[in-house]
Amino acid sequence: MSATPLPRLHPLGDAALVCDLPAPATLAQQQRIWALAAEVLAWPGVGEALPGMNNLTLTFDPTAVAFEELAARVLQAWPGLAAHAAEGRRIEIPVAYGGEHGPDLADVAAHTGLSAAEVVRRHSGGDYVVYLLGFLPGFAFMGGLAPELATPRRAEPRTAVPARSVGIGGEQTGIYPLVSPGGWQLIGRTPLELFDPSAESPTLLRPGDRVRFVVESLQT
Amino acid sequence: MILVRKPGVHASVQDLGRPGLRQLGICPGGALDMLALTLANRLAGNADAAAGIEFTMGGCELQFETDTRIALTGDDFGATLDGVPLWPCWSVPVRAGQTLRLAGANAPGTAKAGLRSWLAVAGGIDVAPVLGSRSTDLKAGFGGHEGRALRKGDRLVLGASRLGADQNARRPFGLRAPDWGTAEPDGAFALRVLPGPEFDLFTPDAQALLWSERWRITPQSNRMGSRLAGVELQRKAGGDMLSSGVIPGTIQVPPSGQPIILMGDAQTTGGYPRIGVVIRADLWKLAQAPLGGRLRLVRTDLSHALAAWAAQQRYLAQVAQGLAAAGWPGAA
Repeated sequence: MSATPLPRLHPLGDAALVCDLPAPATLAQQQRIWALAAEVLAWPGVGEALPGMNNLTLTFDPTAVAFEELAARVLQAWPGLAAHAAEGRRIEIPVAYGGEHGPDLADVAAHTGLSAAEVVRRHSGGDYVVYLLGFLPGFAFMGGLAPELATPRRAEPRTAVPARSVGIGGEQTGIYPLVSPGGWQLIGRTPLELFDPSAESPTLLRPGDRVRFVVESLQT
Repeated sequence: MILVRKPGVHASVQDLGRPGLRQLGICPGGALDMLALTLANRLAGNADAAAGIEFTMGGCELQFETDTRIALTGDDFGATLDGVPLWPCWSVPVRAGQTLRLAGANAPGTAKAGLRSWLAVAGGIDVAPVLGSRSTDLKAGFGGHEGRALRKGDRLVLGASRLGADQNARRPFGLRAPDWGTAEPDGAFALRVLPGPEFDLFTPDAQALLWSERWRITPQSNRMGSRLAGVELQRKAGGDMLSSGVIPGTIQVPPSGQPIILMGDAQTTGGYPRIGVVIRADLWKLAQAPLGGRLRLVRTDLSHALAAWAAQQRYLAQVAQGLAAAGWPGAA
């Protein structure tokens, strides 16, 4: 495994540390992040390890380990980490694109200069990898969005995005498991449940899963 | 059992939350003022992790259907038990049939300086733990009482009290409520803040305005976050960030330039620049700062943040010692 650049480390308040990797986000870098997340949980004083997109946030108890000490340990461990080989299940997600299910499809089409049908064709033609869960229970951030579909988040987030909405936020795509405030551009909706707190595995998707969106219907 | 006669604006069952599940996108939640719930629990003879009720803006009424013991912390909103004043941070016996009332935030004679109150009842609120906690996750609709805010007519079951009959009947006693300086002379709440990972993405003007502005807490604030209004904080350059972890206290700035301070029910990751983070020792002030009130964000450093946290832990240790000396059950 070739060396990947060292993360830059910042404090996030008085009891968390952020490890940021240089752009661009790649699957290889993300696999290193999963490996670091697994490793740090065994270290004294570390609470949680939360993978972001191209970054990792650690919470820690500053009475057990100081920020500088933890930072030094991360930098020391980084070069020796083997990329985590998540087994990656294959999951198909049916989507009703456009219309009331995807009210921002026209805006995404306008921003990208493509027709709405072409946006849908390219979105559903992609192979996606779940990089992390975050933001909401079971919300999967996926890599693999065609670069020409990237569209900035809305200037004012919506106060209530409908559950199971499929959206684009910057260079990412994902699905809102629940009704929630949110700033992503909504292009469609899936009937699948993404989060069940009573289930043994409460989330449908896990980091490393491979996802395809399947066009169930399209309204333009 | 407790009968909810009026829940007020927003009431929910909360304990110390469910940390450790952020990697599944599950927020830690829990009482927004953990210190207040902890004090209430200890006064009611409970373990720190027992579930209580978090009230918002008073205006609530509960009837007790069994003899028990309670403690109320946070803003008391002129609380009374069958018409007799109930002081915050006091441990008080309750007889079956008695009614606890908190006046509404706009009622004459009530303190206007607060927002939330926490009630602990001996034995704790006995709802089924979900994913390791009894806290209500309102956004995801699970945990607590039926995964939702409390409604008129709800009946809450109590767990087994750790207090013996003689302890339960003991005369009321109180603690000196913690006071680390909430409001400034002009009424603004001062929160100490560490610069965040994206502090340098903001213009020098915005960096200075963050500390000088008297931020107004807007009514759109809730358990996810306090939305502030004031001058627009501008970045040196635009562009989206990749999603990154956020924790309670994180101050993120969406493109509107109006900061949002994330709270216990906030998302676990965010895509807006994090200009600062409120220190852990001051999160309780944010939970109690009233809507429409003013906030000042005061720059601090790590050593002061850790010293403030240590001071709170010492206070809690003193409380534990004092209660143990008085023959009260331990906190663990």
